[in-house]
Amino acid sequence: MGILDFLRTRPKNTASIAKERLRIIVSQERSSRNTPDYLPMLRTELLAVIRKYVHVDLDAINIQVERDGEHEVLELSVALPEHKPGATG
Amino acid sequence: MTETIVVTSGKGGVGKTTTSASLATGLAMQGKKVAVIDFDVGLRNLDLIMGCERRVVYDFVNVIHQEATLKQSLIRDKRHDNLYVLAASQTRDKEALTQDGVGRVLDELKTDGFDYIVCDSPAGIEKGAFLAMYFADRALVVVNPEVSSVRDSDRILGLLSSKTRHAENGKGGVPAHLLLTRYNPERVSSGQMLSIGDVEEVLGLPVLGVIPEHDSVLSASNQGVPVILDATSNAGQAYVDAIARLLGEERPMRFTEAAKKGLFKRMFGS
Repeated sequence: MGILDFLRTRPKNTASIAKERLRIIVSQERSSRNTPDYLPMLRTELLAVIRKYVHVDLDAINIQVERDGEHEVLELSVALPEHKPGATG
Repeated sequence: MTETIVVTSGKGGVGKTTTSASLATGLAMQGKKVAVIDFDVGLRNLDLIMGCERRVVYDFVNVIHQEATLKQSLIRDKRHDNLYVLAASQTRDKEALTQDGVGRVLDELKTDGFDYIVCDSPAGIEKGAFLAMYFADRALVVVNPEVSSVRDSDRILGLLSSKTRHAENGKGGVPAHLLLTRYNPERVSSGQMLSIGDVEEVLGLPVLGVIPEHDSVLSASNQGVPVILDATSNAGQAYVDAIARLLGEERPMRFTEAAKKGLFKRMFGS
């Protein structure tokens, strides 16, 4: 058993995968931490309206609240799909 | 001057109660007058870990509702005269804790000349956890080297910086320390477990102490003796070090490196 362990290839480094995943999710959650609760709902409803005209994914809508001095700025960006000639709606 | 320290984590089962028991006992060993309070109403366990479960007559909720005095409810530790346990209520739901009530009990402990109040938080981010951290002067965030625990700790760090009296009074967030528990240096060195550095990097905070995963933690809780009292245990000694650091002493980390295995051991197992 010991000899087999020694000869076996080293196991995959899963700790580095864990760290990378955590880095991404933690930074994403931090940036959305002090934002209003209604943002996810707003995003879904906006998507529904936009989809009446253009077909976009939920990922295409980016909403952020940023502080600019005394003001809070709601920033909304929608990435439209590439225009295909001849396509309608 | 009383200092209130919350032991919290977000995730359950990472070692909050084990840490609270050892922290309170360690501070008492330094001659401080200490009260440790279980905030986990409905699921009390600190009494078991401290070994005083059969001496609970009145609890935290009884004091809050003025059904018993604080003096009647504090359980004096068998081993240290200057250490007291305030058990959580087993029968009430979490709503039994009120912000005013908790504040009053903490104020009374301050008037009674306690040096430290250790608040053992329940898991989660509900009322019990919120009230355990609300009045804190400092926080000990217990984290395991594992994805869900690290993520939940970050959430708790966010709450400590916004949903506490410290923050509401414009003093910024509650100063927080990370305590990394259930650490297994062998698994870290083989790339199977997040390292101290990984956790520090993700959470952006230095680690105050590292408690190695060790059989002695289970046998201590089996016996109702805080593991810090086991002088032969690596985990116990790591708690002693962590508490010394909490009190401002500088101590090198111990038990954080994997034992070097010789070729023979590597080939034939340990």
